[in-house]
Amino acid sequence: MFNMFADWLVEDVFGLSITSKFGGALHFFIYDTLKILFLLSVMVFAISFVRSYFPPEKVKRWISGKKKGIASVLAALLGVVSPFCSCSTVPLFIGFVEAGIPLGVTFTFLISSPIVNEVSLVMLFSIFGWKIAVLYVLFGVLLAIIAGWVIGKLKLEKYVEPYVFNIQLGESVVQEMTMRERFIYAKTNVIDTVKKIWLFLLIGIGIGAWIHGYVPEDLLVHYAGKESIFAIPVAVILGVPLYSNAVGSLPMIEALMGKGVAPGTALSFMMAMTALSFPEMVLLRKVMKPQLIGIFVLIATTGIIAIGYIFNAIL
Amino acid sequence: MVIKVLGTGCKKCKELEQNVRMALTQLQLDAQVEKVEDIAKIMSYGVMSTPALVVNEKVVSAGKLLSVDEIKGLLK
Repeated sequence: MFNMFADWLVEDVFGLSITSKFGGALHFFIYDTLKILFLLSVMVFAISFVRSYFPPEKVKRWISGKKKGIASVLAALLGVVSPFCSCSTVPLFIGFVEAGIPLGVTFTFLISSPIVNEVSLVMLFSIFGWKIAVLYVLFGVLLAIIAGWVIGKLKLEKYVEPYVFNIQLGESVVQEMTMRERFIYAKTNVIDTVKKIWLFLLIGIGIGAWIHGYVPEDLLVHYAGKESIFAIPVAVILGVPLYSNAVGSLPMIEALMGKGVAPGTALSFMMAMTALSFPEMVLLRKVMKPQLIGIFVLIATTGIIAIGYIFNAIL
Repeated sequence: MVIKVLGTGCKKCKELEQNVRMALTQLQLDAQVEKVEDIAKIMSYGVMSTPALVVNEKVVSAGKLLSVDEIKGLLK
């Protein structure tokens, strides 16, 4: 549908051939913008609606008191659906620790929640199809569980800022939302998300369109194709500090993949961007010492690099 | 009436405070609006997602940026 519209706009309205460089780039731009905005709105609405059933206060109650293995799987899965804006990182962390949830399980939640969010899911689905989107979610959850388990084994509680253990958490009495409120919540989230990312998206799609139209075929195969050993670590290390540009850079990745960048490399780049970000580390510093942040980043980075290689091997 | 906006200083928390003030003006209510930024105090309300709204020491909403109309509904 969007493809037909883009065809019509480029060929009939602007009178350009899709096979020409400029026409191809323009077609890519129009098609991607429409497709992504549409999918994003639908998905953000649906997921926000589901999410309204899983506020962190509830998630905490479900996880605390469970056996460690069960708690960690639960934390990873709930991380997928639970709403969690980065400005809530600190209260969330304190709330989990205060409820007696082990540090490792808390990290599992902190990793799984941002990796698998609705925005990354939409981008993945629209760019790579459902198979890769499912694999991404699966490996994201797995990474969260394993990284959390390792952090738990290392007994790093001493690196948590001591005041965290002294905070007394009050009884939470957050009221259940009505159906109407859930709809409003979902609608507001769609508007917020689109408002927040549209500029990044357009810039990203613009650059993607340029690559699509002008970068010669197979130029990147040599540097970032399956045969290239260093492409994954380099992509991951570049992706770690980036965050707000996650949405914008995906259309770029789409175009790059069209020019021969291996899928595992592209996916690990995306995972690194969503899982680890500089602003999040600044927030985490409020509740933990730099050593713990360092270990967290190291474990997650290693895991993501490993996932990149696995993806390249199986895809 | 005492209204508290709980939030660690993110953008949404500031917007919520503005919306609360707007709602009060529109309802012509006189209330004391307080911004709570201390994390220990925020947690003492049992809130884990910010921004949260507390009216007369009762948590009425958490993790949501309420619109002016929604706040009006809660204050009536």
